[in-house]
Amino acid sequence: MSNRKLVAAVASAFFLSLSIGFAFAQDATPEATPVAGSGMITGPIDGEAKSLNGAGATFPQVLYTTWFSDYAKLTNVEINYQGIGSGGGIKGVTDGTVDFGASDAPMTDDQLKAAEATCGAPVLHIATALGGVVVTYNIPELDASAEALKFTPDTLAAIYAGTITNWKDEKLVADNPALAAIDQPIAVIHRSDGSGTSNIFTSYLKAVNTDWATNVGAGTSVNWPTGIGQKGNAGVAGAIKGVPYSLGYVELAYAEQNKLPEALIKNASGKFVGATGDSVTLAAAGVKLPEDMRIMIVNGEGDGTYPIAGFTWLLVCSNQKDAAKATAITRMLWWAIHDGQAYHLKLGYSPLPDAAIKANVAQIEKIMVDGKPALPADLMSMAMGQ
Amino acid sequence: MAASRPSIANESSTRAAENTFKTIVSIAAIGMVILLAGVIIILYLDARPAIERYGFSFLISSDWDPVFENFGAAPYIFGTIVTSVLALLLATPFAVGAALFISEYAPKTIGGILSFVIELLVAIPSIGFGLWGLYVLAPFMRGTVDPFLRNVIGPIPVIGELFKGPTIGQDLLTASVILAIMILPTILSISREIIAQVPRLQKEGMLALGATKWEMLRKAVLPYAWGGIIGAAMLGLARAIGETMAVTMVIGNSSRAITPSLFTPGYTIASAIANQFTEADSEIYFSAIVELGLVLLLVSAVFNIIARLLVRRMNRQPGGAQAQ
Repeated sequence: MSNRKLVAAVASAFFLSLSIGFAFAQDATPEATPVAGSGMITGPIDGEAKSLNGAGATFPQVLYTTWFSDYAKLTNVEINYQGIGSGGGIKGVTDGTVDFGASDAPMTDDQLKAAEATCGAPVLHIATALGGVVVTYNIPELDASAEALKFTPDTLAAIYAGTITNWKDEKLVADNPALAAIDQPIAVIHRSDGSGTSNIFTSYLKAVNTDWATNVGAGTSVNWPTGIGQKGNAGVAGAIKGVPYSLGYVELAYAEQNKLPEALIKNASGKFVGATGDSVTLAAAGVKLPEDMRIMIVNGEGDGTYPIAGFTWLLVCSNQKDAAKATAITRMLWWAIHDGQAYHLKLGYSPLPDAAIKANVAQIEKIMVDGKPALPADLMSMAMGQ
Repeated sequence: MAASRPSIANESSTRAAENTFKTIVSIAAIGMVILLAGVIIILYLDARPAIERYGFSFLISSDWDPVFENFGAAPYIFGTIVTSVLALLLATPFAVGAALFISEYAPKTIGGILSFVIELLVAIPSIGFGLWGLYVLAPFMRGTVDPFLRNVIGPIPVIGELFKGPTIGQDLLTASVILAIMILPTILSISREIIAQVPRLQKEGMLALGATKWEMLRKAVLPYAWGGIIGAAMLGLARAIGETMAVTMVIGNSSRAITPSLFTPGYTIASAIANQFTEADSEIYFSAIVELGLVLLLVSAVFNIIARLLVRRMNRQPGGAQAQ
């Protein structure tokens, strides 16, 4: 009996991790209208490198592997992507060991300076997708039909700072009357591994709460004032399912796949908003994007905006040494930010708003090889026309 | 036909072979030392920025803050020592008991089957233990074992401090239990080998003097085997200190507090390295993580030295002495 339970538990754990990649493939796809500039890349061209190596962030890994497998069918360019973490992606592009890196956190000024030394020109950030971070919880008394819990920036920061410790805290009950009956300590769960998800979440807390900004700050790893750490989205989700009265944060894509309850968060306009593909895209829509695209877009303006969101980037040296590779990289980037945007919703990511695509194109134009733009002429004229 | 002795006519070539063999085994031995030295040197070079910046406070500060670049490894060192020593205390009596049962009490076939099954535990990868720990053991600890300990031992002064506070199930105690299960087969199989080495004459002599089986085990077998059993335990301890994946999944990964309660989530050096290495993007952060590796090496070395001293003391005691 207990043996069977054990086997079932272990099996379901394996299934859980296996299903990450597959669950979405079967979901009904909301048809996205193709982005202007799509359909320009229709097949292989001469003088293009046939393979590229990239490495970095794990958050967009499902998107990238899906992209690159389809892109290989289209152009015969094989792109090998390794999800080794954002830090590894930054290190790879700094050392020049990969053709492109990937990161969920923008490179710091110091990192850019170090990378420029090997590249010979600035390393560019190309935003590929938006991701939302969802606050999820396990309160056995609240079943699936119960209203989603609501958190304000202050209550969320206080829970993670360890100053709100019980579910029936009056500040929580003010927004969630149902919690008045839940006299239980909150088991706070966070990521133990360095992650872009933590970076987005802590950037949000830093932006909305001054105590958090001075005491903890933001980063892929921070000194958490309270709570237990779990490795990966799967670890956090597993802990939340296993520990009653717990609360944690995971990527939107992951929460949707695993049907976790998703809290509503009070945004900068004072509205309680849940994370959806669209409300996350809105997070980037109202923001003035800097030219180099390095920006954390948490706590964005707008009624429908979900406030805990961020870009994920590809990192490319703007001074390419190999013409064939430069052609392959620029074409891949063009495809990714145009045609590639149609993949996001069905995979649990949020597509880029138009302004971000335009800003990306301006970045891609800057990629040079032998002093000339690396973007093929047809795409370059299209870019100029936009 | 008489068996011919190996010819000694070709003496010089035999000596050449002797010398070649001696050289090869020497290279193997020296190579190990060079390898270890190389590892230590590389770790030291990469850790130097952190060593110079934080000095001794790295070992005693409990503030690990990548954002503000304060690095103190005390909670990690504490977690590593507590979980591995506790695992050892939990596993050794079981392992030695099982070893005695298998070699002295159980019928041969049952003993063989038992030791085979227990040693199969070695073949389970640590991620398997981790998943089992997270989905089965942690909820069981939270729901059953922890409340029991808190209610029964909690009220006792001093020792009760070990079992205070809310139970989440992902804490030092759960990590120790997982580790104990993981090191059990190592200690068991070596102990069994050692116990099997006890000279038959010594045991039979004891029985001939009218000793009961228990007296025979206590007076003839265990004194002879203690040194080896401690060696086995130390091998288990070494595995516990370095174990990463399974511990990470159940220990709670929190470096905040050093408290006496085993119900507080903790952190070990190995899991801190595994968790944070990939995203350690600033130089000093990376360097601090490498210094953690160096500290881990140091902790293992200290335990090894203690083990050597223990084994030596055991062998000097009566019973152990004639065994050597």
